[in-house]
Amino acid sequence: MNAYNFAYLDEQTKRMIRRAILKGLAIPGYQVPFASREMPMPYGWGTGGVQVSAAVLTPQDTLKVIDQGADDTTNAVSIRTFFERTAGVETTTQTKSATVIQTRHRIPEDPLTEGQILVYQVPIPEPLRFLEPRESETRKMHSLEEYGLMHVKLYEDISRHGHIATSYAYPVKVEGRYVMDPSPIPKFDNPKLGDMAAIQLFGAGREQRIYALPPYTQVISLDFEDHPFEASKADHPCGLCGAKDSYLDEVIIDDAGGRMFVCSDTNYCTARQAAGHKGKDAA
Amino acid sequence: MIKLNNVSKTFTLHNQGSAVIEVVSDVSFAVAKGECVALTGASGAGKSTLMRMIYGNYLTQTGEIRIGDIDLVQAEPREVIALRREVLGYVSQFLRVVPRVPTLEVVAEPLRAVGVCAVDAEARTRALLSRVNIPERLWSLSPTTFSGGEQQRVNIARGFAHAYPAMLLDEPTASLDAANRDVVLSLIEEAKARGTAIIGIFHDEAARARVCDREIDVSLFTPGVAA
Amino acid sequence: MTPLLSVHGITKSYGGHVGCADVAFDLYPGEVMGIVGESGSGKSTLLNCMAGHLTPDAGRVVFDTRMDGPRDTVTMSEPERRMLSRTDWAFVHQHARDGLRMGVSAGGNVGERLMAVGARHYGEIRNKATDWLERVEVDPARVDDRPTTFSGGMQQRLQIARNLVTGPRLVFMDEPTGGLDVSVQARLLDLLRGLVRDMGLSAIIVTHDLAVVRLLADRLMVMKSGHVVEAGLTDQVLDDPQHAYTQLLVSSVLQV
Repeated sequence: MNAYNFAYLDEQTKRMIRRAILKGLAIPGYQVPFASREMPMPYGWGTGGVQVSAAVLTPQDTLKVIDQGADDTTNAVSIRTFFERTAGVETTTQTKSATVIQTRHRIPEDPLTEGQILVYQVPIPEPLRFLEPRESETRKMHSLEEYGLMHVKLYEDISRHGHIATSYAYPVKVEGRYVMDPSPIPKFDNPKLGDMAAIQLFGAGREQRIYALPPYTQVISLDFEDHPFEASKADHPCGLCGAKDSYLDEVIIDDAGGRMFVCSDTNYCTARQAAGHKGKDAA
Repeated sequence: MIKLNNVSKTFTLHNQGSAVIEVVSDVSFAVAKGECVALTGASGAGKSTLMRMIYGNYLTQTGEIRIGDIDLVQAEPREVIALRREVLGYVSQFLRVVPRVPTLEVVAEPLRAVGVCAVDAEARTRALLSRVNIPERLWSLSPTTFSGGEQQRVNIARGFAHAYPAMLLDEPTASLDAANRDVVLSLIEEAKARGTAIIGIFHDEAARARVCDREIDVSLFTPGVAA
Repeated sequence: MTPLLSVHGITKSYGGHVGCADVAFDLYPGEVMGIVGESGSGKSTLLNCMAGHLTPDAGRVVFDTRMDGPRDTVTMSEPERRMLSRTDWAFVHQHARDGLRMGVSAGGNVGERLMAVGARHYGEIRNKATDWLERVEVDPARVDDRPTTFSGGMQQRLQIARNLVTGPRLVFMDEPTGGLDVSVQARLLDLLRGLVRDMGLSAIIVTHDLAVVRLLADRLMVMKSGHVVEAGLTDQVLDDPQHAYTQLLVSSVLQV
């Protein structure tokens, strides 16, 4: 424990990251460059999120880490253990009792409250990247609010699939100004981004960008007048807890094509089961 | 309508020892409305050059060429373009068009350019093409594939599509048979009756006698020939 | 009449090398001007300076804007200039792949400028794109195909549709027929001429092909070593060239 500074990063680095976070909060949706550090984990495993979490954690915080909604997958377990060892903070799997939640690709089902911080791991922060490879050009497009290209992507979706097939990392416009990639969360979660009570911070380690949504920010998913945005999910109840309002993972259970749909938010699902709810596949 | 005052023209061939060739000098004459004037003179006397100068195709060094209110020698390119669109028609010996464009469109173009609607332009075009005896089955084809005589007649139909107040005709009856020659001469007579001022080059003496009111011998203006 | 574009003293050097020097002219609505010259004569530099792709060292490029009348586009703010370049201006590149998004369908390519100015109705955007494909003689059934599957001539026509869909008033063209075989060139020229006439476009066409300017351009500027050596009516410059270089250029064209 003494071998590391609190939460692994040195204080100067954390101050630098906090400045980037504050700037991001001041300009919602704007990508703030920061000097991303080498972390003891590979890129793609949440180095950006971990640096943001490290910068906002205090010894009194309770940390929850989820990966695709689950508390018990490799990525979530590794990062949780990392902070248990380097920061010595309390950890939890309960959404309600966490003060800082680091997430990969989900927003918890339970509504977050004021005082909580949700930290997203972001692989590619630039929503315009796939259509415009030049960083110099995308920065200019952001600064001049030239976002026609974003709709070209959605147009392509409809022309190819008959509907907007983008189902995750669905682009949003923040406070009528910046177009933002909400990280690869399912578009089912998009409506929760807006008007959220908690602070939302986004960290991209490899791309060295931080952006943020302060509490109660207006976030609107892009769409066409004749193809409005729809938050979609698998049309089933959860097989374990019977929930009809939660985002579901499809799980293949045998080699005969058998499958079941279960809540991706494991904490939500277990809490419901503990309260006596039961789905059709529950043991 | 057309008035030339002391017009002179030289060619300077920079790539051939900067040879300076005087083509015409001190040309002055006028053509009134409804009048047809023939330019005459031996081959090489400068008839075509003078005609091209009056069209603005060749640059005139000194003098004044007035068509209506505009002095071609001093005019801006856009004024010359407007003049050619509205006032000054030119029937050359050769048809120069974009490949692939149907004959109907080639002939209708001058009308469309002055704002005639597509329907009226086509009606006038069809009448003209019938008159110059272009078979209807060729109308939708590009004239670039036509025989020399047919191209010449398409060129004439195009030249007479819009009723220009002034026209320049470079050998309009060359390579035409008697019947078509007669049609073209009638077109010229009708234009004169409308008040069009015409300057033409006609090698065909009978044609000249029929439509021209005066002749101007260009060799009189040719340095080294007249003197 | 106010010129649509009024160019004054445009000068651009690359270090000690002159790109173009002290070029000036007025372009009026509906006029098509050709700029010819050999490679390295500065015609593309000039075009890029006018279109805002390069910043000239000196000079003004005054455009008669719809809202505020004549404005110098060199000193106007970048957002304004970029707005101009996707509404009232269009730029047709020599290589269609420079002017198209090769990974986006034909419909998306045409629709981009519409979406950039705020179109948000998929059905309408698509109808307009299909309509434009027809106008440039691309089979509307190919609206969802990517330009990578198109021939060179089709790509070039698609690029033109993409540029003209917002009804620009001024089109810059950089060798629009370069690299196409002659039969395709003729078709493209015919198309361009029709569009220029029907839409009342003004255009500036840079090319080294004298046949192209004869057919498309009302006026012609001849450039050599960054300077304009001769300018005037297209047929006058080509048929009665005054400057030694123009005479050489015209006499060097092979007759077919």
